[in-house]
Order: sequence, then C-alpha cells, then structure tokens
Amino acid sequence: MKRILTVVLATAILAACSSTSTKEQDPASVEDRGAAGSQPTAKPPVTTGGPTAKPLDPNAVSGNPLKDPSNVLSKRSIYFELDSNIVKEEFKPLVSAHARYLQQNRNQKMTVQGNTDERGSREYNLALGQRRADAVKQMMQLLGAQSEQIETVSFGEEKPRASGSDEKSWAENRRADLVYPND
Amino acid sequence: MKNLKTILLPFLLSLGLFLLAQAASAQLRIEVVGGGATQIPVAIVPFRAEEGLAQRLTPVVAADLARSGLFKIVDAGGMNPVPHEPEQVNYAQWRARGADAVVIGAVTKAPDGRYDIRFRVMDAVKQTQIAGFVYFATESQLRLTAHKIADVIYEKLTGDTGVFATRITYVVKRGSRYELNVADADGFGAQSVLASNEPIISPAWSPEGTRLAYVSFEQKKPVVYVQSLTTGSRQAVAAFRGSNSAPAWSPDGKQLAVTLTRDGGSQLFLINSDGSGAPRRLTQSAAIDTEANFSPDGQSILFTSDRGGGPQIYRIPVGGGGAPQRVTFEGRYNVSARHSPDGKSFTFIQRNGGRFNVAVQDFATRQVQVLTEGGVDESPSFAPNNKIILYATVVGGRGILAAVSSDGRIKQRFTADVGDAREPAWSPVVNK
Repeated sequence: MKRILTVVLATAILAACSSTSTKEQDPASVEDRGAAGSQPTAKPPVTTGGPTAKPLDPNAVSGNPLKDPSNVLSKRSIYFELDSNIVKEEFKPLVSAHARYLQQNRNQKMTVQGNTDERGSREYNLALGQRRADAVKQMMQLLGAQSEQIETVSFGEEKPRASGSDEKSWAENRRADLVYPND
Repeated sequence: MKNLKTILLPFLLSLGLFLLAQAASAQLRIEVVGGGATQIPVAIVPFRAEEGLAQRLTPVVAADLARSGLFKIVDAGGMNPVPHEPEQVNYAQWRARGADAVVIGAVTKAPDGRYDIRFRVMDAVKQTQIAGFVYFATESQLRLTAHKIADVIYEKLTGDTGVFATRITYVVKRGSRYELNVADADGFGAQSVLASNEPIISPAWSPEGTRLAYVSFEQKKPVVYVQSLTTGSRQAVAAFRGSNSAPAWSPDGKQLAVTLTRDGGSQLFLINSDGSGAPRRLTQSAAIDTEANFSPDGQSILFTSDRGGGPQIYRIPVGGGGAPQRVTFEGRYNVSARHSPDGKSFTFIQRNGGRFNVAVQDFATRQVQVLTEGGVDESPSFAPNNKIILYATVVGGRGILAAVSSDGRIKQRFTADVGDAREPAWSPVVNK
C-alpha cells in the first residue's frame, strides 16, 4: 500500500509540474474549466473604486492550494467513457491528491457531482451520474478520505458544460466534478 | 373526401388564427399530424348570443374536437334560420352536408351575473337529442366551460372519456432560466408555478390534481418537492444526503415512491407525501433502481433497473414479498415506464439503434407497439382516458411537447413560442 501511495504521489507531483507548464502557456483554458464547473457564485464586484485594471487572479494571492492553478488540487474534473463509471488511469493522480487533502484536513467537506451526456432518460441519467460520483468517492475512501467528508450527488444530464449534440460535447459532459464548500 | 378537405382547411386555418389572436399570452400551439381512420362528422352551430362574450365558446369546442383527430368539423355557416333550439334543426339540410351530429346552444345572462350556457347534441340521422346540459359560468370560466362541452360531445359520440377540460404540466427552459408551467390541455392559459435558475425535472400530478411533486436542483443537488397549486406553498419532502429524485404518487395521494441514494446506489423508497416519517426502502439491489410508477390499483410499481446489465422495466409488489419481475424483453434499453390509467398497459421509451421512441406494451399479451419514429423522445405519460400519450421530443434542435394516440394514428405537436419545452405530464380528470 505504501509503495502504491508513493508511486501515486510521484505521479501526482509529476502531474502538478506538467500542469504548471501547461498553465503558463495557456492560463485561460485552465481557468475556464474551473469556472464553468463550479457553481455560479455571487461574488461581490472586485472593486467599487475608480477605473482600475486588475488582471491578476485573486486566488493566487490567497495561497489556498485548492485554488492555486499550479497545484493539482485546483483540478476538479474527472472524465468518463461512454456508459462507464471507471476512473481512468490519467485521473488517478488528481483523485489521490484530493483524497490526501481530505485525509490531512479531517474537517474539510467535499461534494462530488456526477454528470452524463444528454442521451436517454433524464432520471436514469441522474442515476448514472450518481454512479460516477460514487465511483470517485469510493476511490478517495480507499486513498484515505472518510465517507462523512464526501457527499455524492448527481446532476445527470441537467447541467451540461458543453451544449452541443456531438461526440465532443458528450465527452465533455461525461464527468464528475469535485466541489469544496467555499468554491 | 377532397371536398371536405377544401371546406375544412380554410375553416381550420381561420380558426387557428382566431385562437392565436385571442390569446396573446398563449405559450403553446397545437398542430395535428395525421388523423383517425374514421372521423365523425359533426356540425357546431355558433351559440345564440355568444358573439358578445369575452371568450366565444363554439370555436374552442370545434378546435378541441378537430385536434383530437376523431372528428370532421362540418361547415355550419349559412343556415337560415340559424338553429339554437331542437325544433329549429333542419335535419335534411344537415344530412346533405354530411353531418352525423349537430351541436346547438344558447347563452343568456343569469340574474346573478353569471352566464347560463345550455347546449344540445342532436343526432342528425335519428333526429333525436343525444345529450343536453346547462352550465352556469363566470366570464373567467368560459373557456373551461367550452372544454367541458367538448368533453360531453366527445364522450357521447366516441364512448370514451373526454380530456379537453384537463391540464398539463411541463418545464420550459429559456436561456438559463427554468419554469414549471401548468396549462390547459389545449396549451392555453399557461401559468408558471415555479421559476428557478437551476434545473427542474420530473413533475408528477397528485391523484386529485391539486399538487405537483417534482425535482428541483435549487439546493445544488436534486431534492424532491411537493407544491400545492391552490395555495402555492411548497415543501421539500425528500432532501436526504445524496440525490433525491423520480417522485411517483400512490393512487391515494398519501405516499410517494422516490429514488434516494442516501444508503448508497440509487434505490426505491416510499415516503409520506407530507414529508413526515422515515423512508421505507422498497428495493434492495446493487444496481440502479429508479423511475417508479404506481399501478392504478396501488398494488405494484413499475420501475427502471439495470440489474440485468442494461436498463429494463421491472415490476415489484408494493406490500413487499416477491422479487421484482422483469417485464420488458425487446431491445437493450427500455426506460421511463408509466401505467395506462386503466392498468392494462404501460408506455415507455425504447431505444432502437441510436433512436429513442415512445412504445406501449400490453400487460396481458406482452405485445409491444412502437408509436413514434422520432429520434429523441422522452418522458411519456398517458392522458386520463388512456387514448393519448404526451411526451417530449426535439424538432429542429428545440425541445417541444408532442402527443400520439395510443394506437399511433394521430399525432400532435405543441409548439412553444420561446424556449425548450420538456418533461410533460397530463393531469388526472378532476370532477368539480
């Protein structure tokens, strides 16, 4: 188990490093993904003062690892194959990083939101999305998170991130998102 | 036949335009595709003194009957005198126009300010009265009264219950806004009973037709609510940890079958419809069990389960005792079952290749009939007379409501003015 964890951790760090370089080349795409996946929050306007330009990401200042784009913890989406709830190899570093974070912060809660593409019954898709969320939670529990820390819910096909009716959109929507209370 | 069409078409067209102009607030418009094998020719004579009403009655009656696909509306113009009483009916002339039945009537203002509306259905062949009723209605009840008159005509001439005086509910998505709407069965008088920035799905009518159960995502997860249509008050009745969805009313209105994930997986539970007490678990599987629907006698529940691999329809006794029995065997994807009100069959969605279609299966013979040929049909439900199935589909990239007769012959489309319409459900017949 320890060896597996070390390997997983190393992968996680690697993933984090590679994501850093990606981020520098294209910060917008990383940010966009996070923003679209999180709930529409009612944040107050940045400033009420005179005409100012504030291009900097305020999250970077906070030092919160969950919002630091260079940290794997800022990555929140796990994608699935059609009719599948298996967490693919490429997303295991992400899942294990969040599991470790929950393990180290026992008071921290998280919601896993399952999603599906638009095809088929809305209610059956809701159950399929739930299955994806549950699969992510189960993996996190194996990696040290506790059941009480994670609530799994499903949006089914109701909150698609991509609105098209094509394979690219469907793939984008077969997804589980990790959401923390203060996101 | 050709002659009739040329007579009918301008009539129906002018009727349609009239209806549109009358109700600027109307949000759904119905278009009929196809027709019944035999159509009953009926003449609807404008009622005496109805032209002064805020809502004329006979155009609504004629539109209801025409839309059902089971009637030919015979031209009633140019009769001299215009008949309003039985002795004024010239049967020979109506027979010459091909009418089997003639509807006549008159409106007078009663002393209490309401309208006295009396009408008769006359048999043009036997030259006798088939039915005659009087209604007292306020101005705001005129449209409903017209639907009730159409129900009487429909029932007397076809032998089946009319459903023109019933209502439908559905969800409209406009941009990022969701509205739960209730409208008359002809799509008029649509009212929004709930508006939200988060999705609303799975509305279900209570058996007495005064409450709706539905799933709202306003708490950032699916929660089941029950809302009164008379008071507007609403209550979360299933808001347990995890997802709460797919509400189905018991025939006595006291319980709901719901899908909960609080114990892991998606499983069926029974809860009280007032939210009291603890849920009672109905299914025990490691699979998905969802989309419950009570049989009309309340003894059993149909539901969707993938315990055998892909999703299929199963049936389970409500009282416990007895394992779920699989009831669909054709195809690898059968979902969203809803009983017919007579309990003899159920409608559901069947996937054929990449297409999702409305189908009906007879309980006794197990025979399946696929009723639609569209590609993305969803959420079918029966009208309370067993004759029509309302469902959601997509035409030109937009969600619309559609209906098909349970024999597949007559199809209707409800066109919404704006937005995507989905998740329809037909109300029960409410006796007032």
